[in-house]
Amino acid sequence: MITTDIIIIGAGPTGLFAVFEAGLLKLKCHLIDALPQPGGQCSEIYPKKPIYDIPAYPEILAGDLTDKLMEQCKQFEPGFTLGERAETIDKQEDGSFIVTTNKGTQHKAPVVAIASGLGSFEPRKPLLDNIADYEDKGVEYMIKEPELYRGKDVVIAGGGDSALDWSIFLADVAKSVTLVHRRNEFRGHLDSVDKVQELKNAGKINLITPAEITAILGGGKVESVEITKKDEAPFNLKADHFIPLFGLSPKLGPIANWGLEIEKNAIKVNNALDYQTNIPGIFAIGDGNIYPGKLKLILCGFHEATLMCQAAYKIINPGKRYVLKYTTVSGVDGFDGTRKEAPKAVVKTID
Amino acid sequence: MENNDVNITIIDRDGVTHQIEAPTDMAMNLMEVVRSYELAPEGTIGVCGGMAMCASCQCYVKSNHELPEMQDDEEAMLSEAFYVKDNSRLGCQIHITPELEGLEVELAPES
Repeated sequence: MITTDIIIIGAGPTGLFAVFEAGLLKLKCHLIDALPQPGGQCSEIYPKKPIYDIPAYPEILAGDLTDKLMEQCKQFEPGFTLGERAETIDKQEDGSFIVTTNKGTQHKAPVVAIASGLGSFEPRKPLLDNIADYEDKGVEYMIKEPELYRGKDVVIAGGGDSALDWSIFLADVAKSVTLVHRRNEFRGHLDSVDKVQELKNAGKINLITPAEITAILGGGKVESVEITKKDEAPFNLKADHFIPLFGLSPKLGPIANWGLEIEKNAIKVNNALDYQTNIPGIFAIGDGNIYPGKLKLILCGFHEATLMCQAAYKIINPGKRYVLKYTTVSGVDGFDGTRKEAPKAVVKTID
Repeated sequence: MENNDVNITIIDRDGVTHQIEAPTDMAMNLMEVVRSYELAPEGTIGVCGGMAMCASCQCYVKSNHELPEMQDDEEAMLSEAFYVKDNSRLGCQIHITPELEGLEVELAPES
């Protein structure tokens, strides 16, 4: 059981900044995110795109914003449970919450802050009638364990970076790699495209374009897939694994069943006070909440995170006195023993 | 004041037809117009914010309007999207201009 002061669901910009603000109040945070890396949308969807409305940054790449936020909160030593989706929440008799992920990891804290944006990113599944029957029986939407494919015939579908990168990687592992895409053009880093071209020329990747997977065949597990090239008759290809990589789309997911008030796919909060939900002790901050006048902006998430931490402090330290401090005046004392502070003024006599 | 609106017909995902007016002077695109009229639930359209990176604003163009040519990123995204037809476009890549008067589109299913 992981115990902390605030469980933050979602490691996007809002969740990461909450770690910093909580740290100033001596509160520890642990973040849970379905993605394998922190940063949320900024890292997953548009790391190389610029943002122009972060205060004091005329321009910053989304990926760089993530790096800066990680650096800013580093001394408060946040814990991370990555690649796992928060599944259930259970209120304990002492008022605390236990959040359990889809992999069974348990987290306990008196306060939960949901900073889940548009939701957890789930793979987009191709529209094949029987695909659900083959899930984890040869159909995988994400590659978690590359060794699974050693010596196997693998078919990958998709035209983006993940399809290219995994084709390259598995070319050395699998018995055969076939990459199927609807077009001849791929959208990915130039060096990945060049590498696939090279591997194709060397006969290490079997490239079939423009084409689509039109059926999955096999008794109880994937044995072959039907591939249809544009304007040609379909044919079957032997396959042990079919890996469709068509990107991710955010879904509110299990949080929808936590008893929280939901409106327009977002969690209703009290914006007059502290962004608390209808369940005391559970807050929602950032793009995933809703209140009158809500704007889905990173900078609004930062503000919401800051107020949430003040309310969390009161829950965790009932009755304890506190006044707002300025970092310039008090400095920043990290949990790792580091201290940042303004240099002392120089006092010197002029003769 | 001069009227800068164009009339657009949008068929939502439930098959309901909406006649709406869209401003040409607010730098809006079709995806944003759909959101401003709440013709699709929040969180199911314009997920990436309008970067041609998610296809949640895919629509089918039903009228014969001359639309701006597809850029590479829109074409690439549509080649990975589902329910794609010959008349598919991404709403976020269609800017509202006076030439769109009378445009008719249907929202593609959520995926």
